[in-house]
Amino acid sequence: MVLDTATRPHHTQYAETEYLVGGGAMSVKNALLALLVEGEQYGYELRAGFEERTGGAWPLNIGQVYTTLDRLERDGMVERHEADADRQVFYSLTDAGRAEAEDWWVTPTGATVPSRDDVALKVALAATSPGVDVRAVIQTQRKATMSMLQDLTRTKRASADRDDAWELVADAMIFRAEAEVRWLDHTESRLSRRADRDRKAGATQAAAPAVSTSETSLDEVRS
Amino acid sequence: MTVQMTDPNVPVLSLRDVVKTYGEGDSAVHALAGVSLDVNAGEMVAVMGTSGSGKSTLLTIAGGLLAATSGTVSVGGVELGRLRVKGLARIRRERIGFVFQDFNLLPSLTVLENVALPLDLAGQSAAGSRSDARRALAVVGLRGRGASYPDDLSGGQRQRVAIARAIVGRRRLVLADEPTGALDSVTGDTVLQVLRERADEGAAVVLVTHDARHAAWADRIVYIADGRIIDEASSARPEQLLSGGAR
Repeated sequence: MVLDTATRPHHTQYAETEYLVGGGAMSVKNALLALLVEGEQYGYELRAGFEERTGGAWPLNIGQVYTTLDRLERDGMVERHEADADRQVFYSLTDAGRAEAEDWWVTPTGATVPSRDDVALKVALAATSPGVDVRAVIQTQRKATMSMLQDLTRTKRASADRDDAWELVADAMIFRAEAEVRWLDHTESRLSRRADRDRKAGATQAAAPAVSTSETSLDEVRS
Repeated sequence: MTVQMTDPNVPVLSLRDVVKTYGEGDSAVHALAGVSLDVNAGEMVAVMGTSGSGKSTLLTIAGGLLAATSGTVSVGGVELGRLRVKGLARIRRERIGFVFQDFNLLPSLTVLENVALPLDLAGQSAAGSRSDARRALAVVGLRGRGASYPDDLSGGQRQRVAIARAIVGRRRLVLADEPTGALDSVTGDTVLQVLRERADEGAAVVLVTHDARHAAWADRIVYIADGRIIDEASSARPEQLLSGGAR
């Protein structure tokens, strides 16, 4: 049973964008092929099947379904049948489409080239930009991600074993958000440790100029 | 002394400008540098921070296991700093429940005896304490397991026993320090579920954790760094998030 998508908090939009932009078109294609393995279907049936089996986390518009089917037909992976008496147009897999669907299960997804991570990019720039409080940047991000995580946790609790598909997908989002917070914590600790080290090194240098001078000259000799 | 635990206008836990300093002079370490925090009945608050941020010290002080250097800690309106040793021990036994990462159950006692222990120590009659302990076990989903020994139980079950012990009798303040640390993620979720339900039924729960996924079960998240609360955020109540029949 699928929860009404209107009851889902807005954070799913965030996740949806993330998923669909980051190679999402690819997943829709593969998902439709996987559904068609179970037999011929028409467009609305495929959309309903997609949403039900993924817990309605990523609403799919019917235009997207037909665009994808058109491309699959062009690439020789699906076959479009004549409209039946109810004017429904059914699609079925070709042998190539079936092979592609099977190939999907045995091919890891997204593990080869790391996708660009906007949060990492921002924090990396913050850490190296003069006058930017990187701890504040990290905390702003952490608070927002935690808030999303709270929403997801609540919604998942409310679903309470009534919708396995949604819970599975919600868990995926929850673990991703957790990973982001862990990374932010880790980065904050690392940066503050580095700042401590720099401070101590600065103090040592100020306290013992003779040593640092000799080190410098030694470095100069080495180079 | 009357303890106003049931007055809804009095926070179950209230910290005011709490400072905890170890050592003196130049070598002094400020574990807590002025922390104020209220936790109300029915509320679950997560305290997040890196190791060394002061989050565990905060919990230890809130539970009266450690005295603050300055500032006040009140449990149900009673200021812990004003109590003598005996009074403090009594309020800890009767009002505050602790849940730790490593369960802290006594292996030579049965599950029921472990849960009843705080009441036995408080001088409650054996019949009364057994009956309260059985009720607490039922609340955490361990009805009928009272005669088992801790070693006969799984990690998740042992932690639920620890929670039963933390809520037995009239205790309405549950302080949990990384309670899921030793458990796998699915079992950890069942422990969080039990803590969450305690809060939903009126307990005040403070959860110290570095685990974002577990902190997300709380109503409010308090971020602590260098012994100070640097930020805090409440989330919308579920009824605001979910319209209609989803809940």
